Amino acid sequence: MKEKKVNSEMIIKKGNPGKTADDKWVLRLYVAGQSPKALTAFANLKKICQEQLKGKYSIEVIDLLKNPQLGAEDQILALPTLVRKLPVPVRKIIGDLSNTERVLVGLDLLPNGGSILS
Amino acid sequence: MKKTSSKLAIKSLQKSPSGIQGFDEITGGGLPTGRPTLVCGGAGCGKTLFGMEFLVRGATQFNEPGIFMSFEETTEELTKNVASLGFDLEYLVKNKKIALDYVRIERSEIEETGEYDLEGLFIRLAYAIDNIGAKRVVLDTIESLFAGLPNQLILRAELRRLFRWLKEKGVTAVITGERGDETFTRQGLEEYVSDCVIMLDHRVTEQTSTRRLRVVKYRGSTHGTNEYPFLIDENGFSVLPITSLGLNHIVSNKRISSGIPLLDKMLEGKGYYRGSTVLVSGTAGVGKTSIAAHFAEAACKRGERVLYFCFEESPNQLIRNMLSIGIKLEPWVRKGLLQFQATRPTFYGLEMHLAVTHKIVNAFKPDIVIMDPINTFVASEKEFEVKTMVMRIVDFLKSEQITTLFTSLTSGNSTLEDSDAGISSLIDTWLLLRDIELSGERNRGLYVLKSRGMANSNQIREFILTDHGVKLREAYIGSSGGLTGSARVAQEALENAEVLTHKHEIERKKREIERKRKALESKIAALQADFDSEESEVVKLIKTEQDMIKRLEQDKMEMAVSRKAAKEKNATGNLKNHDKK
Repeated sequence: MKEKKVNSEMIIKKGNPGKTADDKWVLRLYVAGQSPKALTAFANLKKICQEQLKGKYSIEVIDLLKNPQLGAEDQILALPTLVRKLPVPVRKIIGDLSNTERVLVGLDLLPNGGSILS
Repeated sequence: MKKTSSKLAIKSLQKSPSGIQGFDEITGGGLPTGRPTLVCGGAGCGKTLFGMEFLVRGATQFNEPGIFMSFEETTEELTKNVASLGFDLEYLVKNKKIALDYVRIERSEIEETGEYDLEGLFIRLAYAIDNIGAKRVVLDTIESLFAGLPNQLILRAELRRLFRWLKEKGVTAVITGERGDETFTRQGLEEYVSDCVIMLDHRVTEQTSTRRLRVVKYRGSTHGTNEYPFLIDENGFSVLPITSLGLNHIVSNKRISSGIPLLDKMLEGKGYYRGSTVLVSGTAGVGKTSIAAHFAEAACKRGERVLYFCFEESPNQLIRNMLSIGIKLEPWVRKGLLQFQATRPTFYGLEMHLAVTHKIVNAFKPDIVIMDPINTFVASEKEFEVKTMVMRIVDFLKSEQITTLFTSLTSGNSTLEDSDAGISSLIDTWLLLRDIELSGERNRGLYVLKSRGMANSNQIREFILTDHGVKLREAYIGSSGGLTGSARVAQEALENAEVLTHKHEIERKKREIERKRKALESKIAALQADFDSEESEVVKLIKTEQDMIKRLEQDKMEMAVSRKAAKEKNATGNLKNHDKK
């Protein structure tokens, strides 16, 4: 995890960018600096995305300490917060994403993924 | 008391004036600077408005920009809602005096997945504060977070951190909270915010509602502990620090006319004291309002401002009725010297009446206040409460050097001197109007029951309503006591007749003496004439006598000459001898 730097403007794109909007996932992760929680969240997110959405997602990491004005748009209170911008509807997932099952519920990935932990 | 508390405040604790009318007086200067204050209360009691006014006043009057972070209303809603109170938020936002931030939190959109904190809120707040250099922050109402975020443990820890952080930031914060069952707020916010707690309340007793405010605690400062009524109207929030101010009013020796010359005469010929409290009491239809109207008119003629509270009649009806006795009030209303304030006593509670009175008096700045009648309150409230209310009004008006005239209706079967509001002890000058029933007539009588600080007349005077206003008649006091109405007229006629006969007698005597004088004078004239004729006779006689003497002398001389013997000497000597004979 450590090797991946979390930067505010860093956008990690995997897979084919030319895909249609339908199966394109746009995720935004709001953090405040490089706190342990932020790093954990980013690592967890990456892992989940790799497993579930390989090749059709993009993650935008926004550091509110650097760009505080960006927080208002998505009504960010808690940090870290993951916002699923696409596909609609917008979903928000707060916390360090360590509870994978809840993340999948939050991202609406459970039926597709077919992994039921409980 | 106020002074000492503000002195204390300077020494120990800095305060940020809220700019809310009356509130700064209760707290001795406002909210604690740099500390969070909790404002709690039930739904619709004005928490949001309190916070908003705190910000708006801060931005406009004290040059302290502020952030309003709303968790319930959107910025558009807020702007609209407070526009009705005359706050132009859009303008203030544009000029970076105020920043509005709507924080929406929807539980259905949120999934909790592990550890988190509320740093986002902190960052947002910090960004807003730094952006406009805010000194004041309102969080309305942060308890909404409890509905949005499921993990209470994290939330509580974060709230504690938030309030500490606000303190570190040095902003004066207002946090609103919904009132809980047994606690001040539903989520126990008082646990975190413990420097200053203000409770707002909206209570209904006997169908009338009153808003009240109470400072529950205020660390490091003295504060008024009572429940104070407050108003929300087109000018925003106003709290009324109604405490009995004690009895140290400034007194005036100036006197003002009651508008009725003979009534003034009964009061040492000068009228009421300025700043005194006058009560006009009496049974129905004895003319209490007329006396009040006279007073109002006289004051307006002197160029003074009069505030007339009518609790039973509409202003128009009153103006019309007073016109019938020749008192023209309308021109003064148009000139702005006279203002009517008509409300039903049952329209709102006593405290509210008091509050409204304060507000209007402060706004209109009258020299004279008339309340007509005061005791309609009694019907709706308990006597004790009415008394305290009247006392507060009297105290307040006295401290403002305002002359007050109350009228009070005495019900027919109770003793006249027992004013049912039980306020007699507060009154300086008490005029009692009573009807006097005598020989099939009902007449009005007026007397001064008491008048502090002057030698008032003790007579009962008859009181007549004419088309030129109220007239007092000099009392008739005859052998059979005071008489009124036609009995007085009859008695006066009788006396007039008596006087007339007396006059006739005198005339007759005068004429007789004149006649006698004339008789005397004619007699004198006759005697004078007699005397005159007698006198002239005598003169004639003397004359002839003297002529004869002369003739004799001459004869003698001639004889001597003829004898050529006589000498001059002898001649004279002879003459002398002759004279002696």
